[in-house]
Amino acid sequence: MTQTHDNSTDNLEQKLAEFEQKIADEQKIEPSDWMPEAYRKNLIRQMSQHAHSEVIGMQPEGNWITRSPSLRRKAILLAKVQDEGGHGLYLYSATETLGITRSEMIEALQTRQAKYASIFNYPTLSWADIGAVGWLVDGAAIVNQISLQRTSYGPYSRAMIRICKEESFHQRQGYELMYEMAKGSAEQKQMAQDALNRFWWPSLMMFGPHDTDSAHSAQSMKWKIKRETNDDLRQKFIDQTVPQIEVLGLEMPDPELKWNEERGHYDSGEIDWEEFKQVINGNGPCNHQRLKHHIKAHEDGEWVREAVRAYRAKQKPQADNQVA
Amino acid sequence: MSQEHLRVYEVFVRSSRGLDHKHVGSLHAESPEHALMYARDCYTRRSEGVSIWVVESKNITASKESDVEDFIDPMTDKPYRHATHYVLPDSVDNM
Repeated sequence: MTQTHDNSTDNLEQKLAEFEQKIADEQKIEPSDWMPEAYRKNLIRQMSQHAHSEVIGMQPEGNWITRSPSLRRKAILLAKVQDEGGHGLYLYSATETLGITRSEMIEALQTRQAKYASIFNYPTLSWADIGAVGWLVDGAAIVNQISLQRTSYGPYSRAMIRICKEESFHQRQGYELMYEMAKGSAEQKQMAQDALNRFWWPSLMMFGPHDTDSAHSAQSMKWKIKRETNDDLRQKFIDQTVPQIEVLGLEMPDPELKWNEERGHYDSGEIDWEEFKQVINGNGPCNHQRLKHHIKAHEDGEWVREAVRAYRAKQKPQADNQVA
Repeated sequence: MSQEHLRVYEVFVRSSRGLDHKHVGSLHAESPEHALMYARDCYTRRSEGVSIWVVESKNITASKESDVEDFIDPMTDKPYRHATHYVLPDSVDNM
């Protein structure tokens, strides 16, 4: 053994030990704290993906704003889509505390290096789909986000708390819409059933692969970025949603859904993981359209950024003159 | 040292890790470093917090209360933004 210690390694080990102790003690990690590079990277991946999902998620619902069947429904849908944009902003801002810029994140989304929730690659074909999205998609997101309120990263946790407070209206307006349709004419009920059938499986896929197949789960659980596993959260969603389907008086979207007395949970059929893989990898019904629209909206907003730059350039010489 | 030359700082304290910093008051100080020490002495004498932020007051851009009606719409005409607006059957009302 040599006398000289490698100080930087010792230091790193000590920092890592302190970091892991904070995690073990249920302390939050704050932006100014030291954190392992892999923790930072893992958070940037998950949080930016979450932010992108909020923003891309505005498209399938935005699709129906101008065709809402009443002024009340139009106002509700506008308010909801506006909230999703706001949630995207909370999350982008929280992700920026990790040292990545907004433009880097948007670049990653538009070049398909970053992902977003695969559910938003499905089309909203009928008005009942707007009910299904609020009830099921936001419902699934809430189950996930309630769990993430306890994530170990402070800014992410606080963003989740803020978002969860606003989400309840999203799910309730969706269920109310579904309820009206399901209790309406035979044709309306059929639309509601069709929306449920189409959105059920993609909603279950929102929780990600089985725990055994999930690339990031084990490390994320260890660092308490995620607090519950994909499969546990999915089960929670199924258990809370089946009674809601019964109240609607609709048929179960999965014939294998049945109460398992022994487990105290609903059993369900297997997800089509090949479909999940295809949609995640860019081959869903709307992947191309979603990104194309995002890029167009971003480019259409270039004049605003240009105006900001021009304003800054105009202010700068004046400030310089004042100093001189 | 003349008091008039001291600057006003706003003080924010985080009561425990994971919570937001909350505004607790203000103080006069010569520099940000001094403000931080004074804030510690003034505002955290009974384990009120684990982290302090100080910001020079003049760096805060604030809305005016006199403008509040024009500037911040309370959205009272948009009750549908609240979860309670939606009436659901009792058995699913915990949504």
